[in-house]
Amino acid sequence: MVKLHISTIINGEPEEFLCEPEETMLDVLRDRLSLTGSKEGCGSGDCGACSITVDGSLICSCLMLAAESEGKKIETIEGMSDGETLHPLQQKFLEEAALQCGICTPGMLVAAKALLDENPDPTETEVRFWLAGNLCRCTGYDKIVRAVLDTAQEIRETK
Amino acid sequence: MSDIQYLAPTTLDEAVSAYSGAKGSARILAGGTDLLVQMRAGMINPSLIVDIKKIEEINTVRETEKGVFVVGASVSGMELAKNPNFGKTWPGVLEALNLIGSTQIQGRASLGGNLCNGSPAGDSVPALVAAKATLTVQGPNGRREIPVKEVPVGPGKTSLADNEIAVSFSFPSRPPGSGDAYLRMIPRTEMDIAVVGCGVNLTLEGDICTSACVGLGAVAPIVLEVEGAAELLIGSQLDEDTIEKTAEACRACCDPIDDKRGTISYRTKVSGVLLKRAVAIAAKRAKGV
Repeated sequence: MVKLHISTIINGEPEEFLCEPEETMLDVLRDRLSLTGSKEGCGSGDCGACSITVDGSLICSCLMLAAESEGKKIETIEGMSDGETLHPLQQKFLEEAALQCGICTPGMLVAAKALLDENPDPTETEVRFWLAGNLCRCTGYDKIVRAVLDTAQEIRETK
Repeated sequence: MSDIQYLAPTTLDEAVSAYSGAKGSARILAGGTDLLVQMRAGMINPSLIVDIKKIEEINTVRETEKGVFVVGASVSGMELAKNPNFGKTWPGVLEALNLIGSTQIQGRASLGGNLCNGSPAGDSVPALVAAKATLTVQGPNGRREIPVKEVPVGPGKTSLADNEIAVSFSFPSRPPGSGDAYLRMIPRTEMDIAVVGCGVNLTLEGDICTSACVGLGAVAPIVLEVEGAAELLIGSQLDEDTIEKTAEACRACCDPIDDKRGTISYRTKVSGVLLKRAVAIAAKRAKGV
């Protein structure tokens, strides 16, 4: 079977790759494009460690075929910082120690950014609901939720 | 090296022709939240995957006249929630779809996928049954419209022929004074598979219920329409005695599995509890309070 030739935009840059029809977006990101920030926790859409956005919509990249990304705009954790300058969420996760082993962190950050893009002033309940598909097995969620709420407040105050 | 072929046609005719040509070894890809999990688990090994999301009719929501909706089979939960009017007319259907999985899953999961996956516990299905929604399917011999309640025929099985593709759901127009609701019982607080799901859709004229439909999920091999429940509700004032009899009608039609998530007696009992609560919510919505 001939491989598929896919043209897409990843983190603002045009990207072309070849893939097998059944390869997931996560596999292509990690194994073909060396974007290993997105993690594979479960491979079945339960843990959220592979979270990316596709045309602005938050999804699990393990549940999307890479072939579906033709013509789409993909954002991954690698596109979150502005060069060496961390995104406010990344900075706040560090300052407030909202991570331990770090496996869930890229997915948490991508998901949290998608939330704040949509709702700059979420309640704690809204943060917890939005991030319910991102599992962390180390820290518990309090520090993560607090970091997201504090970032939201900081972004609102500096605008 | 794989032997799977992937197609993303932009027209329904192309999709039907490719899908029916594969003679049953093809799979339709909408949101992929069931398909990719099944492929990864080795449960299925399709020769062809037909991605239907580039077909406009299958991936859009239309309000054909005020209050009358046609929802494409692959429209995601997130997209349907963004429609300014659908959730006002069919809050129960929208809640049922939006209960499925996490934010990430909502970006992909669809009504068509949930129905055609054929799970007796699919959350949106009892709400679609209660709404008396119909599914339009297209195959090589043209289109047909099937009531949603006739689509599931067993766990993982539907009445669609293996060359037919789900296109869209049509929701009937209802008079003022109508409301719907969906409730489910799960062992966790969020993101779990229903142990019981109950959809109720009714119309009130004054205090009298003039139209009703009840769908029950996860209590039988397929999602059920409880006709006996609707018969009791219609003509009543939704008084306590009627509601108790309606709950009994729901319990009476349960034929659930017995597993670690819910025993037969538990699932049966809860079906009556959810019926009462869902009727109360639907009635409140019908009255606009």
